[in-house]
Amino acid sequence: MSSTILESPRAMEGGTAAPDLRRKRMRSWREESIKAVLFLCALLSVAVTIAIIVVLVKEALTFLQSVNVWGFLFGTRWTPLLEPRSFGVLPLLGGTFLIVLGSALIGIPIGLASAVYLSEYATNRVRGIVKPILEILAGIPTVVYGYFALTFITPLIRIVLPGTNIFNAASASIVVGIMVLPMVASLCDDALRAVPDSLRQGAYAVGATHLAVSTRVVVPAALSGVMASFVLALSRAVGETMAVTIAAGATPKLTLNPLESIQTMTAYIVQVSLGDTPVGTVEYQTIFAVGMLLFVVTLIANIGAHRILRRFREVYE
Amino acid sequence: MRKGMLAVALVAAVGTACGGEHSSGSAPATVRVDGSSTVFPITEAVAEEFQRVNRDVRVTVGISGTGGGFKKFQVGETDINDASRPIKDSEAETAAASGIEFIELPVAFDGISLVVNPENTFVEHLTVEELNAIWRPGSTVQTWSDVRAGFPDRPIALYGPGTDSGTFDYFTDAINGDEGACRADFTASEDDNVLVQGVAGDPNALAFFGYAYYAENTERLKVLAVDPGDGAVAPSDQTINDGTYRPLSRPIFIYISTEAADRPEIQAFVRFYLENAPDLVSEVGYVPLPDNVYRMALERFENRVTGSVFAGAEPGAAMEELMGG
Repeated sequence: MSSTILESPRAMEGGTAAPDLRRKRMRSWREESIKAVLFLCALLSVAVTIAIIVVLVKEALTFLQSVNVWGFLFGTRWTPLLEPRSFGVLPLLGGTFLIVLGSALIGIPIGLASAVYLSEYATNRVRGIVKPILEILAGIPTVVYGYFALTFITPLIRIVLPGTNIFNAASASIVVGIMVLPMVASLCDDALRAVPDSLRQGAYAVGATHLAVSTRVVVPAALSGVMASFVLALSRAVGETMAVTIAAGATPKLTLNPLESIQTMTAYIVQVSLGDTPVGTVEYQTIFAVGMLLFVVTLIANIGAHRILRRFREVYE
Repeated sequence: MRKGMLAVALVAAVGTACGGEHSSGSAPATVRVDGSSTVFPITEAVAEEFQRVNRDVRVTVGISGTGGGFKKFQVGETDINDASRPIKDSEAETAAASGIEFIELPVAFDGISLVVNPENTFVEHLTVEELNAIWRPGSTVQTWSDVRAGFPDRPIALYGPGTDSGTFDYFTDAINGDEGACRADFTASEDDNVLVQGVAGDPNALAFFGYAYYAENTERLKVLAVDPGDGAVAPSDQTINDGTYRPLSRPIFIYISTEAADRPEIQAFVRFYLENAPDLVSEVGYVPLPDNVYRMALERFENRVTGSVFAGAEPGAAMEELMGG
């Protein structure tokens, strides 16, 4: 009994009464078990990530046994479900790229401008109204955005530009841009507000206008956070599934024309997963090959964001 | 606060248990149907009428697609599969491996219709050769003038159902000779309503989809006659029914597993289906089979004749021959 008292570090500090000892051991046991549970939770996310990677890599390797790697990565004809079969994935990459470009052109400038307004110009009352509305915009399900694009935005585009296909990259890009807008606005707003006020005051002191302070002092000071938000927005646009599946079409092709029907990597995965492709065939394995590619692209984007964040970070006292 | 939450949780638990009790206590007979979205409107109409008359039977109808439905059918998860194409050999083999035999019954005709925008005044019919030239893999047809001399030099915009659709399978088989063989640059959609919208808004469009969707939108679309070599025939209830609209009029089916066929609710449902098909099929926009074919189908079911006679049949083959033989 006495040796246990000596071994337990907590007992060393406190008293040595017998009821106290049991409580202390119980508390120590509870602390350890809570620590273990929290550790398991953290471990879970690592385990799931590893499991996903293992499944993707395994099936993608099986796929690459039947399909040439170069032909897959650099081929320009993607027809795995039509005769004659062809497995060049560039059209899907091109479709994803087109959507990302279009949504970046819409979401990033407007998002940044909204953030500048909210943090530098808006009164608290306006902020109190606009911020929650931005949150609502972020909370709308993506499938709703998809139908909104197909049934509302596409007819509008067709009025202005009559040659537009019923499925087109433009309306999907617009809607994905609207989707990433709240993310960019919110993150940029946080980054801008984190800039110490002393910088602003200093700029005013040397005679800068409000606009000059906002755009040439505050934004550059918050650059790392701003750029990280851009990359996160792009990342989100790459992985966007339902909106592009509904509005952008199912025609894989390499094109920069936003008025045509294209197919993104995510939309292709949806098409095959919901269809009647038998398990174990090459067509089935294309799901994993394209999924692996999508995973790699998103990973590169995230690593890029991390690097940029680190490079441009300014440390304030 | 805590006691209130506890009370709510208890009520919810009891409610769920009661609800569960209700459905499992009376255990209604269930008919599980799944499969083609083309056949779905007919089966759904039949199921509605059937359940109105037989309140103790539940019929569930899903839309997993012809192939998706067969996957479930093969392992016994469904009793009946709607199919807009005959069962494939590979699907029949997998079913046999699970010990499932099936009875194949045609239930209606669908005519795959070629449609253009009403503003298109220069084309009235297309030959099968021209259709093949437009739709085959690697086709170089980009403008209407490539299709036939004398057509204007306007770009042709192609629309059609996607690769999961039985309509797509049948069209490519009939026109290009090989199921799944098709050019890759057409606008594909599983949703025929989207295709209708696409054609209605584009004067240069050409699309193919089921006759029912044309029939519902005659004021927004113009249908073309198809010439298989001996005269152009436009699709209509009449020409699809008597087989003169060739090769794009096709039968659509239901497949019933022999195990399910022993159950009284399935037998009642199938008999109801075949007896009421002539009315319900027309109501929904499809073309009913000739009456004697429905009788032959009912005989097949009563005699539990298994196996497929339509798989591998040439598109456009006469139904009575296939079923009588």
